[in-house]
Amino acid sequence: MGLVGMTAGALLLAGCAESGRDGGEGGDEGGGTFVFAGAAEPELLDPAFASDGETFRVARQMFEGLVGTEPGTPDPAPLLAESWENTEDGLSYTFQLREGVKFHDGTDFNADAVCANFDRWYNFPEGVQSDDFAYYYSKLFRGFAEGPKAGDGIFESCEANGESEVTINLTEPFAGFIAALSLPALSMQSPSALEEYQDDAAANVNTTEYSTAHPTGTGPFQFDSWDRGNRVTLTRFDDYWGEPAKVDTVAVVAIADPKARATAVQNDEVDGADLIGPADIAPLEEAGMQVMPRDPFTVLYLGLNQKQKPLDDIEVRKAIAHAIDKEAVASASLPEGTELATQFMPQSVVGWNPDVTQYEYDPEKARQMLKDAGADGATIEFNYPTDVSRPYMPSPADTFNVLRSQLKEVGLKIKPVADVWSPDYLDKITGSPDHGMHLLGWTGDYNDSDNFVGVFFGTQTDEFGFDNPELFKKLQAARGVPTLEEQTPLYEEINADVMEFLPGVPLAHPAPSLAFGPDVEGYQQSPVNDEVWNTVSVG
Amino acid sequence: MTIPLPPSGAGTDPLLTTADDAPGVSLWRAAWRRLRRNPTAIVGAVIVAAFILVALLAPLLTPYEPGSARWSGQVTPTSVPGPSPEHLLGLDRFGSDLFTQLVYGARQSLVYGVVATAIGLTAGTALGTLAGGAASVGGRIGGWVDNAVMRLVDIMLSVPSLLLAVSIAAVLGQNPYAVMIAIGVAQVPIFARLLRGSMLSQGRSDYVLAAEALGLRKRRIVMGHVLPNSLGPTVVQATLNLAVAIIEVAALSFLGLGQPDPAVAEWGRMLVAAQDRFEAAPQLALLPGGAIAITALGFTLFGEALREALDPRSRR
Amino acid sequence: MLRFALRRLALMVPVLVGLSILLFAWVRALPGDPARALLGQRATPEGIARVNEVYGFNEPIVQQYLKYVQALLGGDFGRSIKTGQPVLDSFVEKFPGTVELGVTALLLAVVIGVPMGYYAARHQGRFLDTFIVSGSLLGVVTPVFFLAILLKLVFANWLDLLPTSLRQDPRIDATHITNFYVLDGLLTREYDAAWDALVHLVLPSVALATIPLAIIVRITRAAVAEVLNEDYVRTAESKGLAGHVVSRRHVLRNALLPVVTTIGLQAGLLLSGAVLTETVFAWNGIGKFLFEAIGQRDYPVLQGYILFIAIIYALINLVVDMAYGVIDPRVRVS
Repeated sequence: MGLVGMTAGALLLAGCAESGRDGGEGGDEGGGTFVFAGAAEPELLDPAFASDGETFRVARQMFEGLVGTEPGTPDPAPLLAESWENTEDGLSYTFQLREGVKFHDGTDFNADAVCANFDRWYNFPEGVQSDDFAYYYSKLFRGFAEGPKAGDGIFESCEANGESEVTINLTEPFAGFIAALSLPALSMQSPSALEEYQDDAAANVNTTEYSTAHPTGTGPFQFDSWDRGNRVTLTRFDDYWGEPAKVDTVAVVAIADPKARATAVQNDEVDGADLIGPADIAPLEEAGMQVMPRDPFTVLYLGLNQKQKPLDDIEVRKAIAHAIDKEAVASASLPEGTELATQFMPQSVVGWNPDVTQYEYDPEKARQMLKDAGADGATIEFNYPTDVSRPYMPSPADTFNVLRSQLKEVGLKIKPVADVWSPDYLDKITGSPDHGMHLLGWTGDYNDSDNFVGVFFGTQTDEFGFDNPELFKKLQAARGVPTLEEQTPLYEEINADVMEFLPGVPLAHPAPSLAFGPDVEGYQQSPVNDEVWNTVSVG
Repeated sequence: MTIPLPPSGAGTDPLLTTADDAPGVSLWRAAWRRLRRNPTAIVGAVIVAAFILVALLAPLLTPYEPGSARWSGQVTPTSVPGPSPEHLLGLDRFGSDLFTQLVYGARQSLVYGVVATAIGLTAGTALGTLAGGAASVGGRIGGWVDNAVMRLVDIMLSVPSLLLAVSIAAVLGQNPYAVMIAIGVAQVPIFARLLRGSMLSQGRSDYVLAAEALGLRKRRIVMGHVLPNSLGPTVVQATLNLAVAIIEVAALSFLGLGQPDPAVAEWGRMLVAAQDRFEAAPQLALLPGGAIAITALGFTLFGEALREALDPRSRR
Repeated sequence: MLRFALRRLALMVPVLVGLSILLFAWVRALPGDPARALLGQRATPEGIARVNEVYGFNEPIVQQYLKYVQALLGGDFGRSIKTGQPVLDSFVEKFPGTVELGVTALLLAVVIGVPMGYYAARHQGRFLDTFIVSGSLLGVVTPVFFLAILLKLVFANWLDLLPTSLRQDPRIDATHITNFYVLDGLLTREYDAAWDALVHLVLPSVALATIPLAIIVRITRAAVAEVLNEDYVRTAESKGLAGHVVSRRHVLRNALLPVVTTIGLQAGLLLSGAVLTETVFAWNGIGKFLFEAIGQRDYPVLQGYILFIAIIYALINLVVDMAYGVIDPRVRVS
């Protein structure tokens, strides 16, 4: 079974010393510029202060963490650390570091550098502890040396044992620790460059010299220039420890409209683009472009706010689940490669349960259940966002449209309420009880169960509007378990419970698609977007 | 400030000038006569009439409901069914009947355009009358009121109108009223300025001086004579603004500020929604786009003919 | 003339003060919370509270306004909430993009529009006149974004001729001094970069130029037609003056006034048209950024940008008014 294999893989990789990034085609002469279009500009160049995909996309080319991911999977793999082991109690991790690694400024990557990074995070001044900056560190390590969260942190200390061995001590077990280290926010930065250019106490760390012009890591590309509103340019780092980049330069540009991104690829204005809309895939392929779906590591669901009648009635929620033809939703509004969802996490995550209750498409039954519940002909608000395409929700209006006709079919009246994604829609759904059923979803940041179900159902939220202390307690408990083996059955049980309680209907795991010009080779897509372009070559 | 024009000669058509000068024929009657003889006016009027008829008779023209998305099962990301016996123009991108959407779209455009322009016209006329009236009556208070109102108008004019509409719509949220109010308010300064300007120029005309000489009270002259005689250009502007309003509704939709329901029968919304299927089904964009253009054309032609008819010297 | 300009500039002051208050009230009337826009889907109540505290959004609104004005007087327009960049810096950086696009569009409109209008007026009623007049009507009534989509489809997707987004090919390593890319290319003698920037300008500027073009054609035609009817033109012609002398000395000069007015008005309106055009063509200018800032509830950017636009708009109008005096000495600016 996939689960066991995965869990074992995550631990056994300790002995595996192979680089995850050695799989290029080879033989290419290389050179040239690779131009890639994302949906927005990066917010800054220091990933420690970021949590958005566009910032991470650029950061991944320049920075590497102790841990990376196995190519094409969300599973952790050695990167700057060649191996690691942990004590039984899950409180202490010892990493063997790769030797001969240099930062872009010529300094050595070693145990001291690792500790400098961990100490930097732990000692972040209060100004950057908020969620708009050190979001990930604060969420994963739960506290800092000073400020309002002083003393809550699970980081205890970092010890350098010589040049290439380092031990991290935690105050509490953290089963997702290794997987979390694959996040770009926790990647290794040059201590000397940080010392010289970064000022964590600046009034605005977005605009410090380091954050705008001196990011320094160990990755295959080094920073060249950032022409704001236009492009970020990176060049090959010749002293890279792994496979050197095939292209000389990469340029990352921002094109917000999905249709415009697709046109830009087809028109050879850019070499590649992310988040291609479902409707653009076939035309691009016909025009000879390459379209690459990622393995889905997302979930799209129809949330059912129990603060609104009749959604508080479990029978009504079940009837809605039976009324939905997920197959039709996917074919009408989601890209190829999408998998249908049976629960709130994709199959590759720890705790995915093959035996959860499934609600097969049966409009007849749904109609009957609604009648029995006295909700026949009830009017329900249906919220969905406009003018947005998310990796898990490429065209919400289409998804809404299909669902609406399916729900009408079983005798519900739907009142559409649309809002602009940011901030109106998010405000309404996550910040107020003023919504009915709604479309939302999630893209996993790294392979962690809590990153899915914990985010959705860990506490009482306005989004779902229910209070289920038992479920909250179970999630709390599962989070604190030291190893993945012990976590697995707990999360399986949670998934089964959730699908009985039905706070929403998981619809699908949409596959975000990339598109490339015909002469691009060697792009390795990753479900968690851990895509490094040293293997890429352009014609 | 009105645009200073070099002294202009008589209208090009000597017939018109005679009609204008004919005694006993009222301004509007003369205008009507000129209008009937102008082919442009007739083309404009026909388009406008057809548009209004389609809007009013929508339910009789099509057997289907608008925005039903009833056949959404037949639409996929890559294909949209084309014309068939049941669906004259095929389906739209959300699985409603395209012809039905277009026909009901006329209704939406009419309502949006008229309500928005009515808002602009009413508020603009009120402000313009206030300023123009105050300025004509004169005195310290009059000047002060005029000044205050015109500074407000200046502030509104200092932001380009589409930007103003976008700003207002963003505050009011995504609903149909927001669009009407936003576009209406963005038109207010245009009407206010126009009316004030023409009131001031009327105020200098001989009949006003004569009335003043006769000892009539200024306020009565302004409200009883100056205002009614100044409304002509405002009415013309309203007709022309209908065209602008219809286009702006579509523009706001395009920027994501219009109708919330994607399947709604609204031309701008349809055009926006059709964008990502443009290669597979260009008719989805071309038809509503064309409908917007033709309707706007109708109002523009008619409005300009009306302007010429009311003031034959301002041939543009 | 100088006194006139100074008076007009003085009149701008109350307008700008009023506008700054309205803008301040407006951004705060926008539904939704900048903190949530910043933190996105992951926002927690604590996170939002902290961001609001850091930016001072939980202070009384009057106090916030006073602080804002105090900073303004010190030349500080604040920083973007989203990027942290000073508002003035980002405006200065992006404004050349908008100007480059707007000026190109306006040049297109004038260079094509004035001769067309002139020609149409001189040949009233002929086929080409009718053609020009109906064409210009179509230009006025076609929504800009609809035209933009059509242009993209035809020239990019079908004919594969012209680029559809950005201001320059990212593969070109161009040096930017002024941020007017075409000019930069010429200054640095990177002629391929200048050419590439020019090619990128084609579709957006054509889309943006249609409405001003149509209006300029119509105004020119009307103005020229009117002047042609004037006695002094008839006199000049009957005197036997050469056609081109009549045209230059009498017709064009006298018809110029309304045309210049229109061009000035259109220059201002281009700022607003840029919102749509820049969005469609992923053009890095103030219009696109401003529109994105609405979605981000980026208060300082919204306040600053609209204020700058209003100032520029007012200055353009002032220049236009002053141009009257130069063109037509009969117009005493009052």
